[in-house]
Amino acid sequence: MVSETEINDIANLADISIPKEELGTFTAQFNSILEYFDLLDAVEAGSPEDTGRYNIFREDIVEPSLDQDAVLSNPGSSEDEFIKGPRVM
Amino acid sequence: MAGTFTFDAPDRWNAFLYRQETVRYGDGALQGLPVAIKDNISTAGLPTTCGSRILEGYVPPYDAHVVTLLKAAGAGIVGKTNMDEFGMGTTTENSAYGPTANPADPGRVPGGSSGGSAAAVAGGLVPAALGSDTGGSIRCPAAFCGIVGLKPTYSRVSRYGLIAYSNTLEQIGPLAATVSDVSRVMAVIAGHDRRDSTSADRPYTHTPSAEIRGTRVGVPAEFFGEGVDDAVGERVRDAIAVLEHLGAEIVPCTMPSMAFALAAYYVTCTSEASSNLARFDGVRYGPAVDTKKQWHAAFRELRGDRFGKEVQRRIMLGTFALSAGYYGKYYAKAQVARKAVRDDFTRVLSDVDVIAGPTMPTTAWRLGEKSDPLSMYLSDILTVPANLAGVPAISVPCGTINGLPAGLQIIGRHFEDEQVVDVAYAYEQEVLR
Repeated sequence: MVSETEINDIANLADISIPKEELGTFTAQFNSILEYFDLLDAVEAGSPEDTGRYNIFREDIVEPSLDQDAVLSNPGSSEDEFIKGPRVM
Repeated sequence: MAGTFTFDAPDRWNAFLYRQETVRYGDGALQGLPVAIKDNISTAGLPTTCGSRILEGYVPPYDAHVVTLLKAAGAGIVGKTNMDEFGMGTTTENSAYGPTANPADPGRVPGGSSGGSAAAVAGGLVPAALGSDTGGSIRCPAAFCGIVGLKPTYSRVSRYGLIAYSNTLEQIGPLAATVSDVSRVMAVIAGHDRRDSTSADRPYTHTPSAEIRGTRVGVPAEFFGEGVDDAVGERVRDAIAVLEHLGAEIVPCTMPSMAFALAAYYVTCTSEASSNLARFDGVRYGPAVDTKKQWHAAFRELRGDRFGKEVQRRIMLGTFALSAGYYGKYYAKAQVARKAVRDDFTRVLSDVDVIAGPTMPTTAWRLGEKSDPLSMYLSDILTVPANLAGVPAISVPCGTINGLPAGLQIIGRHFEDEQVVDVAYAYEQEVLR
């Protein structure tokens, strides 16, 4: 069982603000889903994990990429040829 | 000859999020064929929102590989179809732009998450559409709307330009009214693409054949177990009897891993989503983040305001499942369970050629009928196993129950998409006769 405080902490970790009045519903739904996930307790820990997929690599050769003007047409805030983000400090 | 056509048929189902009125097409195998594209597949110059307010106004500067291929084959891209936000849902009700109605009964959901693509085909607006299938998102709406939908083998169709939700599970595939049309579109979109690092060099050049004499069809008991509506089970058993009549051999089997497949699926997809959706912060695309605020505060506010509840829930579930202290209990065990599912398919499909069962446990429910997230998740039980194992699966209409379509699901071995297409085609041709 996770508490409303823990749900709030998880939301903060995920950079999502949840209004206080919605925390209760979120917590209840979260707990019923986690209870369902307990089915996985029947799985033996340490058994081999799935490894069915793999990446295919290629040589790292510089090639033409997307047009800079086209890429800069989407950011909400840009200045000259730079994309602007929120304050770090 | 290349040219243009007008696309102005009224959309009574809210199937489209964006439409082009004048559509250009080229020469080739799909010359002049109107094709609708799910809104999580990038289209240069056409808005692409994934059904989310966090991508409102985003216009991709490039085409997804599948869109490039469709255009090169002469198809006309008519617009972008509605979907559950980022593909997270079973009904298309999680779209930020309102639900899509089911053309078979407008009071009911079309299924999801590719509900707009399925409704556009079922409503006669387009002969074919692309969807994406992470845990059933092509097959479910195909079954609910009474059309055909194919989830190809993982890696057979390039995901370049598909806005990622759960990379190890999702696959782009075609929806159409007939198996032949699904197969025609598949022949265009399958094949190697160096820009997708998981892409396999396995083109698809098949023409469907209705000859299935001697094909061994496995029928797992679990596909007719708890939660599967009796009437749906009966319709699908009738359909399997048709396959037997056509000369297929029916082989009862079991897949014990089905007991924890759904839990393994939801732990895996939410974990991958928590990582993939971290990129939506209002900096590079979508509505602008407040750059005067400190970055965590700014991101929290934007993501709290612009993501829908289901997307927030899945990001948070994934964040939790991957966190120190819980990783072993959830994510690691889900990967063990995933291997068990894959092993079950390998074992069963070494004895039979394909597996048959229902696509969905019920027919389409009423719009607004289900609101509890877990009960919604449970309806994906029959579709998620194919995604966990990466095997191909198709849904083909197999009759109606009180006027609502039911789907027969055929699942095959890796890279044997041709085989599932043939079995579906044989069934379709027999019942159409």
